[in-house]
Amino acid sequence: MRAVNLEEENKPGKGGGSLTASTLALRLLGLMIFDAGAFWMILTMWGDGYWQFATVIAVITILINYIWLRPEAYPLRWMSPGLAFMILISVYPIIYTVYISFTNYGTGHLLPKVQAIEVLEQRRYLPESGLAYNFTLYQNANGDFALLLTPEGDREAEPIVVIPGEDIEEPELGPLAEDGLPVNIVIPEVDEPFERVARAVILRALSDLQQTTFGGEEVAVQIRGIDRAAALQQRYVYDEETDTITDKQTGIIYIGDDERGEFISADGNVLIPGYSVTIGFRNYQRFLGNPAFRGPLVLIFVWTVIFALFSTVLSFALGLMIALVFGRNMPGQKVIKSLLIIPFAIPGVLTILVWRGLWNPVNGIVGIWLSELMGTPINVFADSFWVKVALITINVWLAYPYYVLINSGALQAIPQDMYEAADIDGANAWHQFRALTLPLLLVGVGPLLIGSFLVNFNSFNLIYLFNNGGPPIVGTPTPAGHSDILISYVYRLAFASAGQDFGYASAITVIIFFILATITLFQYRFMRTWERVGESV
Amino acid sequence: MQVFWQSKKNQRRIVTAVKLLIAAVVLFYSLLPVVYTISSAFSPVQGVSRQLIPANPTLDNFREILYDQPFGLWMWNTTKIALISALLSAMITTLTAFAFSRFRFAGRGQLLLGILLIQVFPALMAMIALYSLLDQLGRCCIPALGLNTHGGLILIYMGGAMGLNVWLMKGFFDSIPRDIDESAMVDGASHWQTFWYLIFPLVRPIVIVVVILTFFGVYADWILPSIMIGTKSELFTLMLGLQTFIGNNYGQNWSVFAAGAVLGSILPVLVYILLQDKIVGGLTTGAVKG
Repeated sequence: MRAVNLEEENKPGKGGGSLTASTLALRLLGLMIFDAGAFWMILTMWGDGYWQFATVIAVITILINYIWLRPEAYPLRWMSPGLAFMILISVYPIIYTVYISFTNYGTGHLLPKVQAIEVLEQRRYLPESGLAYNFTLYQNANGDFALLLTPEGDREAEPIVVIPGEDIEEPELGPLAEDGLPVNIVIPEVDEPFERVARAVILRALSDLQQTTFGGEEVAVQIRGIDRAAALQQRYVYDEETDTITDKQTGIIYIGDDERGEFISADGNVLIPGYSVTIGFRNYQRFLGNPAFRGPLVLIFVWTVIFALFSTVLSFALGLMIALVFGRNMPGQKVIKSLLIIPFAIPGVLTILVWRGLWNPVNGIVGIWLSELMGTPINVFADSFWVKVALITINVWLAYPYYVLINSGALQAIPQDMYEAADIDGANAWHQFRALTLPLLLVGVGPLLIGSFLVNFNSFNLIYLFNNGGPPIVGTPTPAGHSDILISYVYRLAFASAGQDFGYASAITVIIFFILATITLFQYRFMRTWERVGESV
Repeated sequence: MQVFWQSKKNQRRIVTAVKLLIAAVVLFYSLLPVVYTISSAFSPVQGVSRQLIPANPTLDNFREILYDQPFGLWMWNTTKIALISALLSAMITTLTAFAFSRFRFAGRGQLLLGILLIQVFPALMAMIALYSLLDQLGRCCIPALGLNTHGGLILIYMGGAMGLNVWLMKGFFDSIPRDIDESAMVDGASHWQTFWYLIFPLVRPIVIVVVILTFFGVYADWILPSIMIGTKSELFTLMLGLQTFIGNNYGQNWSVFAAGAVLGSILPVLVYILLQDKIVGGLTTGAVKG
């Protein structure tokens, strides 16, 4: 069948390995369409200020062009879609995370310096003796308010129109009433025209109106009484020469500290927001150095290793035991294996939530059994020891069927005559297991064990869904729980409501990565040996 | 007169009995949550129950989850996302694995190692970058791939196409003798023709395994949709829907959740049981359930 297909495809002129003009033209056309799309995206993103994203797309575009234009990159053409997605979805976030780990990016340091200064410079305050205005209130059909301002005691001056948050440059003033003020105002940015309102309305809305800042960059006022408004003044003024910010209200001078990303006064007060800066290895030093800052990290790290190790070893051991017990001559083997595969097939999120119900100390069967077994009521969700036992039990439950299946496959691959030889030598069952079965098994299953250790190291779902890392550890600088593993602690640091510390969370992520990458590289040495064996066949 | 356990026949019986006992204990451990979920699904009482078998079984929970909750919609969303992701990423994986297996080029080893290392980078922090990536992509250029879209989710799942499955599949390509390619090339076939007409039919079983594993990987995923889909319940995937459904008030919807869990597990359980030998073969070679 296959041979026939090949015959058909092999007619002369059907392309073959050589490059014809039409395939080249087709390839160039495809590349041009791709480039046009990419170019449009890069320009749009750049225009919107997403320069990091635009850079990534540009890198991918250059790479794709290189791959499809250069003959020596031919093998890469096969993986070009994969490479493009890999760079965009996997590599870029990694680089981004590594970069963030060298910054103080987080709550209070989210903006770059220029933008943080802008935010501060927009803050205004109401001075004791500010420039005073008389105002007239206008309202449109949508209920929006507008103010017409005239400087107090100067009726002849050009009136100014302001709405909340904005001052209007070219308002169209309607016909003047008897008191010399317009009956209505049309503001180009707003659809509905504004009509002058009666005093009663002002009185009713006064308390709301007094909370609102009218006007923007040129004039900003706040209403102070029934017909008076006072100009707000810019509170913080930045001086580029000295890199300081002066608080006009208090007269305090804040000096920019680019090491910490903050403006700090002489007596140590800090302006909020600060700004994001690169802070070198400070996040890493925090992890490795100062015990006060490091807080519960040692505890969490030890538990992470114990959790991953115990889960892996116990599920392997249980899986191996069952595989050995079921060996060959076991009645109902097929049925039992099918039943064992069920826990493995059910989505983990669901079983974790079900286990949470089972461990419930009041109504869950397992929780009740545990309390009866130990003779005292135990609430696993509040007990720093038993919560760990529960988590390992669940994780073993999730993983061991996999090892039953793997081990029974691997056991069958061990040549039977080796056991016969061992029998002749008089080795008993335990010796055979120690000297033959286990070593031979580990050669094949070893890399998978390392693989599941790596997976368990980061099993966020289980920790988060079962008890959210709890019960809490008392007296830590940032919240942490007894059952938190590193990755769930990272989650707390990065996404917890108390205050986000992306920089520190990223640094811990990078450290986790280094630990796991070292293990992976170690494993890779073995895999490479395999590959060479495979290639020589 | 022999003692009972000294006879060979009796010894064998004892061994079998012990084995069956161990099997029973293990099966109990294994199936307890499953049985418990099924029984909760038929229980008339909401809330976690002490009973393993409910007193007055009822179908109300199934009615509730099927008719009063958007279960069907969630299921459809999940199936759609998982199927598209699985097919596309299997395609990418297959082409990549073929190139790794059949060509020798500069940087091949490093690239293979790089794929492996990328896998162990904790994806949680990458979510920050991916979140803003989808946000920006949706706002500037392609709304269908933005936040709160299924397209955006699928796009991110594509990033996983260059993963352990490449290693898995490369192993299978390696096991196919290269004589096949060489004789085809001698006859004038291009690489593409060799791949499509000769090699692909031989690796089709493992491609199907990769599709199935990816499908159920996406099917069971919870964290990515929970970050990228937000709170629009008509866009929820099944796992996200069921999790948020009981997330806030754990006990109150327990039995309805159990009914949903039973219904949501039928498909993967059936497929895994029917195809267990193939899937186990695929798993043994490389992928580890996450």
